[in-house]
Amino acid sequence: MAVATLAPIATAPVERLTRTWETPPGLYGVLSTVDHKTIGKRYLVTAMIFLIIGGLEALVMRVQLTHSDTHLLSPEAYNQLFTMHGITMIFWYASPILSGFSNYIWPLMLGSRDMAYPRVNALSYWTFLASGIFIYTALAIGQAPNDGWFGYAPVSLQQFNPGLNMDFYALGLIFLTVSTTIGAINFIGTVMKMRAPGMSLNRLPIFVYGTMTASFAAVFSLPALTAGCVFLFFERQFHMHFFDAAQGGSPLLWQHLFWILGHPWVYIIVLPAMGMVSEMIPTFCRRPLVGYPYVALSTIATGLIGFGVWVHHMFATGLPAISMSFFSGASYLITIPSAIAVFAWIATIWTGKPVFKTPMLFAAGFIVLFVIGGVSGVVTAAVPFDWQVTDTYFIVAHIHYVLIGINVFPVIGAFYYWMPKMTGRMMDETLGKWNFWTMFIGFNLGFFPMHIAGLLGMPRRVYTYPAASGWDTVNLITTIGSFVFAIGVLLFVINLLVSRKRGTLAGSNPWNAGTLEWAMESPPPVYNFAVIPIIRSRLPLWEDQLGDATPGIIPGEGHSHISEGAVLAQGRETFGTSPLEAEPLHVLQMPSDSLWPFLLSAAMLAGFYGLVFSQWWLAILGAVGVFVCVAGWLWPKNAPRAEAV
Amino acid sequence: MTSCTYDTGIPLGTGESRSPGWWAMVWTIATEAALFAFLLFSFFYLGSQSRSPWPPAGPLSLKLALPNTIILILSSVAYVWGERGIRAGNRTRLRAGLRIAFFLGLIFVIIQAIEWKHLPFGPRGQAFGSLFYTITGFHGAHVILGLLMNLLVQIWAERGVFTRESHLAVTNAGMYWHFVDIVWLFVFASLYISPRLG
Repeated sequence: MAVATLAPIATAPVERLTRTWETPPGLYGVLSTVDHKTIGKRYLVTAMIFLIIGGLEALVMRVQLTHSDTHLLSPEAYNQLFTMHGITMIFWYASPILSGFSNYIWPLMLGSRDMAYPRVNALSYWTFLASGIFIYTALAIGQAPNDGWFGYAPVSLQQFNPGLNMDFYALGLIFLTVSTTIGAINFIGTVMKMRAPGMSLNRLPIFVYGTMTASFAAVFSLPALTAGCVFLFFERQFHMHFFDAAQGGSPLLWQHLFWILGHPWVYIIVLPAMGMVSEMIPTFCRRPLVGYPYVALSTIATGLIGFGVWVHHMFATGLPAISMSFFSGASYLITIPSAIAVFAWIATIWTGKPVFKTPMLFAAGFIVLFVIGGVSGVVTAAVPFDWQVTDTYFIVAHIHYVLIGINVFPVIGAFYYWMPKMTGRMMDETLGKWNFWTMFIGFNLGFFPMHIAGLLGMPRRVYTYPAASGWDTVNLITTIGSFVFAIGVLLFVINLLVSRKRGTLAGSNPWNAGTLEWAMESPPPVYNFAVIPIIRSRLPLWEDQLGDATPGIIPGEGHSHISEGAVLAQGRETFGTSPLEAEPLHVLQMPSDSLWPFLLSAAMLAGFYGLVFSQWWLAILGAVGVFVCVAGWLWPKNAPRAEAV
Repeated sequence: MTSCTYDTGIPLGTGESRSPGWWAMVWTIATEAALFAFLLFSFFYLGSQSRSPWPPAGPLSLKLALPNTIILILSSVAYVWGERGIRAGNRTRLRAGLRIAFFLGLIFVIIQAIEWKHLPFGPRGQAFGSLFYTITGFHGAHVILGLLMNLLVQIWAERGVFTRESHLAVTNAGMYWHFVDIVWLFVFASLYISPRLG
């Protein structure tokens, strides 16, 4: 017992492993599964649905703004739409889609059979879904949040906003925060404990660095939003005072709390995406990433400096000059690690042999958009320029270059890159190229003119504008561009749905990539690895070609073992390894399927409905339900009876 | 085949400290600590911006809060004593330690409730009161959560679940309990002591 010997893959008890790891069929299986691959796919599909909903909201707004003096939407409806568009994209799409990729890919990339906390993983998905249902209930009853995605006080307060709109906002974000926080803890636990033996920190893929840094940032910054939303809810519901200046509060307190989360959040939703690009570019340039340690360290540096720049969202609020100088300086500083990453990607392309398959097109397009969005960010780090353009369409252009450029483009590229692993089938290349160019041209056509609209003085969040303003032409171009962009996204969805069933078979490693997730067949078996591999380099699948030149390899230590390793088939088992060197410390027994995460999320949803509709009995019932579920979840199985002591 | 340090034998089980479950509690505590940091940040921020006296009616009385602080610290000490018991395989000592810690924690909550009743300000007046009740209320909710954890661990201890080698739930609930106590020291220093220093 408890002895792990190296066995060749051919002798692995594949049937026993399958029986041990597979989810039972039927409704019970659907609700109780803890398979990280299933959860990852659910995250991806749900987040894509939110992307489409948020996109449709944007298109309605673009129709409204095509011409001056349009009255298709009422001001109130427009307020709700731009707020829902913002929070849907930023909170319910941009981070969860990356969690989906990380959930699916991480254990495969790290050489593990599961995430560190499989049931917590299920819980983070169910709470993500439940919070999405909760926030869209508000739209269904016509009382959606209406104060912009950053929900500034005092407009968010009861006396100016008496409906349930901002109560949904405060509670919906707290609910989502639960999901994001436990998801982040799961990623941190996984990267610390669940790596294949030998996958030391200097051999981790950059994608893992990206999600890991984002997870640390989430753990420490999300509570600021929680605190702010609790204050907002208490102030609205119980007439307490935090943001009301007449009662000793300050509307700026909300702004500080929101942006202490808000700016790290930008990096939370771009660092993993940048990490995905750092995986794709080497594969399609046929060489290891240039400057791996610098890219890894700049990822972490960006996450850290990201905590010190929040005030650049508040330059126009009349803060002391010393404070603005400090945060302006930090905002310049943070461009340095980003630039390091950009130069590393360019150098990799420059010194490699680039093959422009669809994922590479998206990665290259991302670099272009990142630079444009970065430049429009750097200029707004300068206080006087920021004063000129703040609250104009220039900022809207900047945020979209950053979020679509650094999140959506890498994400679509990552779908083309990793879908063959998930479905076993390739996505169509021709349609893929059409997809890329439609999105790329449509995006620039739509969003570049927004810079000009902003410089012409068009404020953001106006539901219409007078003809005399002279903003008709730029707005018409923007609307056309945004519809072209939407057609590009539609081409992607079509490609995804068709290729899933009809694409050519992918095989285990269609791109001939170097990282571990391409080692097993596609789609991967339920147990991921028939034997736990032993890792001796950064690109274990390229060791044959690169030999001792493979990065991360130590001469004399030998090469990675992919086809032989420990079997670990006495149950749901995998290695628990040490955080730095990934030395195996123990054989972990992983939890099996459970209904508790689903029930717990349902109880939380009931509780949040109770709070928002002031049905306190339901809120208390929800809280009791949560406690019962947690107790049931943690209850020791087959507990031995008490012995006389 | 290379010689590997781990083909000789690696212990089975989820381990104790430094195991994934232990780390989960560490990071939960980290994010909760950040939450209290932001609550106290809000307290100091509004205090620094306030044009009227902060707190409005002068520094708060320590008559109840100071003894209560000591009670909470003693409760942590009792928990450590019980946990050391199970580490030596002594289940009776574990159960006694858990019970004393629970009892002292409960007294803390009751005294806190009594103090709430007798404060000269309510949560709805000035921002100071709103923050005071929110921060102490959040802390009180965490104490109650810690008590509920303690209760579960007590039930499991009665059923003889824990052994000298395997008692992660005791360790984790203990870490959480100490965290709640340490946070109180920060809350106490901020709400009760810091206004006396200015």
